[in-house]
Order: sequence, then C-alpha cells, then structure tokens
Amino acid sequence: MAEQQLSADKIEFQEYCRNWLEVNRPPPTKIPLPQAAYEVTSEDHRAYLCDWQNRCYEAGLIATDVEKAYGGHGHDGYQAIASGEVRKAKVPYFINWIGLGMAAPTLLVHGTEEQKTRFLPPIFTAEEIWCQGFSEPGAGSDLVSLQTSAVKDGDNWIINGSKVWTSLGALSSWMLLLARNDKDDKYNGITYFLAEMDQPGVTVKPIHKMTGEAGFNEVFLEDVVVPDHLRVDEVGAGWKVAMSTLTSERGASMGVGAVASSESPLSAIHQVIQLAKDTKRNGKSVWDDPIWQDKIVKLYERTEAIMQNSRRSRIKDLNGGAMRLPLQGKLVGSEIGQELNEVALGIMGARSSLYVGDENAVDDGKWALGYMNTYTGTISGGSSEIQRNILGERVLGLPKTK
Amino acid sequence: MTQPRDFGFDEETSMLKDAVKRFLDEKLPLLALRKHLAGSEDPYHGEEREPWFDRVLWQEMMELGWHLLAVPEANGGIGMGLVAAAAIQEEIGRAACPCPLTNTLQSTFLLREANATTCLEKIVAGESMGLALFGEDGSLEVDSTDVTVTGKTLFGEDGSLEVDSTDVTVTGKTLSGTSWYVQDASKMDNFIVAAKSAAGIGLYCVPASAAEIRCDKIVDLTRDQARIVLSDTPAEVVSAPGKAEAVIAKALSAIYTLIAADIAGAAEWQLQTTTEYAKVRTQFDRPIGFFQAVKHPIVNMMIATDETRSLVYNAACAYDHEPETAARYAHFAKSSASDTASFCSNRSTQLHGGIGFTWEADVQVYHKRQMHSQFLFGDGSWHRQKVAQLL
Repeated sequence: MAEQQLSADKIEFQEYCRNWLEVNRPPPTKIPLPQAAYEVTSEDHRAYLCDWQNRCYEAGLIATDVEKAYGGHGHDGYQAIASGEVRKAKVPYFINWIGLGMAAPTLLVHGTEEQKTRFLPPIFTAEEIWCQGFSEPGAGSDLVSLQTSAVKDGDNWIINGSKVWTSLGALSSWMLLLARNDKDDKYNGITYFLAEMDQPGVTVKPIHKMTGEAGFNEVFLEDVVVPDHLRVDEVGAGWKVAMSTLTSERGASMGVGAVASSESPLSAIHQVIQLAKDTKRNGKSVWDDPIWQDKIVKLYERTEAIMQNSRRSRIKDLNGGAMRLPLQGKLVGSEIGQELNEVALGIMGARSSLYVGDENAVDDGKWALGYMNTYTGTISGGSSEIQRNILGERVLGLPKTK
Repeated sequence: MTQPRDFGFDEETSMLKDAVKRFLDEKLPLLALRKHLAGSEDPYHGEEREPWFDRVLWQEMMELGWHLLAVPEANGGIGMGLVAAAAIQEEIGRAACPCPLTNTLQSTFLLREANATTCLEKIVAGESMGLALFGEDGSLEVDSTDVTVTGKTLFGEDGSLEVDSTDVTVTGKTLSGTSWYVQDASKMDNFIVAAKSAAGIGLYCVPASAAEIRCDKIVDLTRDQARIVLSDTPAEVVSAPGKAEAVIAKALSAIYTLIAADIAGAAEWQLQTTTEYAKVRTQFDRPIGFFQAVKHPIVNMMIATDETRSLVYNAACAYDHEPETAARYAHFAKSSASDTASFCSNRSTQLHGGIGFTWEADVQVYHKRQMHSQFLFGDGSWHRQKVAQLL
C-alpha cells in the first residue's frame, strides 16, 4: 500500500504515534465491547472508553491540529497522521465520536469564542459526551421538515418536541439540537442550539434495534430551557450550520481526531477469505468454489477501489471535481460492507444462524450482528437513496428531486 | 517498495493528458468521428466496410511524440512510465479514437520487458507495433498461440485470448500458422508474434507487409481486428523460446492496465453524455433526470467509472514502482473495467430510450467499443479467477 511521503518531522511524529499506541494499547474489557461506539450502553464500557480517549488526547493523538487556546495541541498537518495510526493500530474506538466528528468541527467554524473555550476541551478529554438531535419521527431523510419548536422567552429559548435515533443519548451531557423558530420559513426557520441533557424536561428512552442492542434512543423535550448564548450562529441559520455538521458526518470535512473503528475494510476482506478457506462444504473448502471466489474477489476489488478513490480524491487533475469522490465514500463503503457481511453469512451456511452468545457461533456471532448493523451505515447520515440524490444533483447537476 | 501517494501523476503527466484531450477534442470531435464511421450497416445486406484510419491524424500524434512516450530514453524515447501511458490511453478511450497508439503503447511495455532494443528503435522511427499473442481459443493464456516456429502469433483462433492460445509455430527462423484477435491490424507496420517451438514460447517481430492480414467482421466500429496468417514467414527474434513466457507475463500487467484505462475514458464519456441527455429530454413535463429511476442509475454509472479509474491509476503506479503487487492490481483494474464497460454501456443505451438503440445515436458507437473492450484481454470473471489464484 502506498505511503505518504512525509517530512522528517512528520515521520518522527508518525513513529511516536505508532510506538505510543503499541505500548499503551489497553487490555480487553471483561465483556467484549460492541462493534461500534454508538452501541455503548454499559457503565463499565463507558468508563473504560472515556479513560482510553482521554489518554489518547493527552498523548497528542486527538485535537492535534487544534489551537492550544481551545485545548488542542497546536500543530499543523499532524492530525491526519495521528488518525491514520489510530486506525491502523486496531485499538478501541473513541466513544465521543459525535463530539469529535461533528460538535468540534461545527464549533470551530460557527461557534463563539466563549463556546469554543467552554466546550472543546471536555469534548477532547471525553469528560462530556455529545449526542446529535437532528432526526425526528416525522423528519428523517427529509430532515428540513423537522417540527421541534424553539420559542424565545427573554434571554432563553423554550424547546418542545422529540428527537429519535439519538446515539449515545443515555450517556451524553450535551446535544447538538436543531429546532424550528419559524414555522413559515422551511429552510431559514431553523436554529442550531447546544442543549444540556441533564435538566428538567429531557427524557431519554432507549430504542431496541433488530440486533437486540439499545444504543439508539428517543429523546423527549418538554419546556426545555436553552439560554440564548448557547445558540450557534444566527437565528434561522440552523440549516446551513447543520449541513456543515453533516458534511463532517459524511467524512468529507476536517477532523479533530480519528473516529477509530476497530477494523479496516481490507482486514474484513482477509477475514472473509480465511473464513472461506476454513469452511468445508461437500468435502472441499468454500474458497475452492469459483462462484464464491468470484463474489469475494469482486468485493476485494471494490474495497481496494474505495481506498484508491480516497487517494485519487487528493489529486486535483485526476479527481473530477473536489466533492465527486468524497461524497461517494459513505454510500459505497456502507453498501460494500453490507454485501461483505452477507457473503460471510453465505459462506457459513446453516452455521450463520448461530448468534452472539451461542457457544458454537463462528467468531462469536459477529457476522450476523455485523450484517444487521450495516443497515446503520446504509440508512443513517442520509440514506443511500438520499446520497444518490445528492451525488446526482450536486456533482452531475441533474434536476433536484426536491 | 512502495508507491508514491500521488500515483506519480506529476505536473508533466498532467499537462500531457490535458494536451491529448485538447488535441482530440479539436481534431476528432464526435461529429467528425461519426462522419468517418459513415452510414448504417445492415448485417444481412451490408457491404464490406473498410476500417477507417486517418493517417494524417496519426502522423500528427507521432509528431507530438505520443508513440514513443514509454520507450526508454536510451533507445531514443521519452522514457515515461505506465501512469503517463494510461493517462493518454484514457483520453483515447474518451474520444473512441481509431489509431494504432493503444497497441503501440502495449507493445512498448512488452518490448521493454524483453529488452528488445531493435524493435523499440523501430517504434521511435515511427513504425507502429501490434500484438499478435494469442491463439484461436481466445483463452488469453500466455501459451495459447497457434503459431509455430515455423510459426504462430499471440492469440490463436480459439478466442480464449490466453497467452498460450497462439496457433503459430516456429521452424528454424520462419513462422507458420495463424495469430488471432490481432487488434487494429490494418493500421500496423509490424506485429510482435508469440510462437511455439520445442523450446517453448518465443516472441518474434514480423513486418505487416510479410503477413497475410484477414480482417474479421467485428461489432466495434472504432477498431479493426484480423487474423494474421503466416507461412514460412521470416521473423526477427524478440524474446527467445522459453524466456518469452515470463516476459509476456510481466508485460500483461501493463497491457491489461492500458485497455482498462481506455474503458475508463469511454465510460466517463458514457456517463457525461447520459447525464446531459437526462437534463434535456423531457417526459411527464420534467427532464427525465428529475426522476430517481433515472437519476440513481446515472449515479451508479459514476460510481462504477470512478472505481475503475482509481484502480487503473493504482495498477499503473504499481507497475512503475511496486512490481510485486503489479499483477494483482492489474487484474483488479481490468476486472473492474470490464464490469464498468458492461454496466455503463447498458445504462447509457437504456436511459436514452428508443433513440438509444438506433444507429443514429452516438451512444451505440461507445457501447460497441465497450462491448469489444469488455472481453478483450479477459473479462471480469476471468481476471477475478486470476486474483483468486494469487491469494
């Protein structure tokens, strides 16, 4: 695989990150961690992951390029190196992924001095976990139709409504909240707030997913008070600010820390190849069947293509426009991931029925669990259908569906 | 060894690619190409079609030095690598340009692997060079030649396109037999022929004037194809029997990558053309691109094209800088390209509706070039089997 050609200072920093992660890798938890940070619900896991994120922050792997005044480490151009090493090291994920991936980038662009000084440091240390209050029961893909209301009352806003699919809702101190201040102006009637979760009127109720996991929540807001100084940007500018947050979620924008996933896409491919080699059917390994070879190698090829897309996206004369490749990343990655997990189930045949907790389950049942969880990727953060609209309209200039 | 992060796509390569694009836009706009490819062709009553080849245009391309782009400087060439060659080839594909450049570039890499100085210098002198590697079975395997010494060329009759499919054999220093699926044969000055003898597969250079070229009737209007028939034809040794298989095996990574680059360029044309049509064609009082049943498949064409394009540059860069991964990445590039050729062609015709499958529609020209390219040098499944064998 290609290596970036780095200056001597950066190579030194890269080696530092690599060594630090190797030496400080935490021991595994007693009960295995969920596959993704948004499924964390237990207090033991929370404490373990907050401690891990804080140590990574103190080691300089998080907020690497953020100004010191906001709790960062004040470097320039080092975050990508740190994030790359975190991804490669197969260490536990960062629990405050919404804080790092959405709240911090949004505040850095749109926040006031006071908001940045107050909120950024505890995002980095994981002292304060963040959740996102965008989607509502009636506003999913069509987010702009959200109805939660914000009514000005002196120096405060009074919020009423409900949010849904709120990952980490039960563990969060703060929420990125979109609420409607003007019912008559669809796009310019939304305002962006920072809402404290531990206050009267906020009720968090877990949602059990098809996997049985309960990381998602419904959040009910009844006469919740948000002081005006916790408004982000202008009244009515919420949609514009939200779009910049969603850009971060879709992986196109600046980062303040890797949203570390424990598995690289290529490592998943190699696991599936191994699974096919180890699984016998009709006296032969599944891998020896050219039909399965074809399916698996096609996914390998496409996974390689995604990695090469991100490499090509940085080359101006080869990328077909700045947003063309970055906007494909989440869509294609999530669909390939889904197919790969399904192929793994097919390789196992009837054994794919054995789920997490069954002593005979292959790899502790992670393929069935993983397959079901891939729908998080294809639905959340703008479903695959919405992503195709965005690509068709913004990149190819096709007429807008809405 | 590691690849440079930027694929080695430097400023010089970028300027070259841009110059090729501007040249082809000016000299061979689609309207001109359509005029050269002339009127419709009824397969039941049609007359023999002479393959169209603009020698003046080819002369101008050679004056710009494209033909000797990848010939080493020591042999009088420009000495650029496969990334630059792929960049040019992508533009040739986008313009669906009929010319001997593709084969001459592919041959250059084969001759480089064989260290065949004399033949490389022929390219520098302006002689085009075609590949005649395979036998009739089309298996595309290295030993498919049907030519023997006395003689066979690269592909044999079987259409398998395997390198061992050649039907040409060697007797002493002359070649006899037929080499199959030779691309753009009517435009070539020379052929590099794979031929079998007791000592194994060898590579030989035969001047086109010494071979009997029997043109095939093919689907693709933008290329031509022939069997070349040799009988006791004198030939110059390019790579000795027994050594050539390894030479061909290495060069195939470059050959696959170049045809994949051609497909990527043509697929981008299909994407852009279909997108424009969806913006202007109105039904139910709206441009059809408004409807998600049209919009989403067009986005899928973009996704397929981009995957192929990224894999092409990765494969080209691996060939230039990371030989140990070159074979796998070249198979990925052509596997992806073949599937993209199929998908983008299918959607481009379908989304143009009734007009899309008429002779008048421009999409048919690219559709048929892509149908040809899809199977040329192996389709997706064939290349995926090759990758599986490496894992």
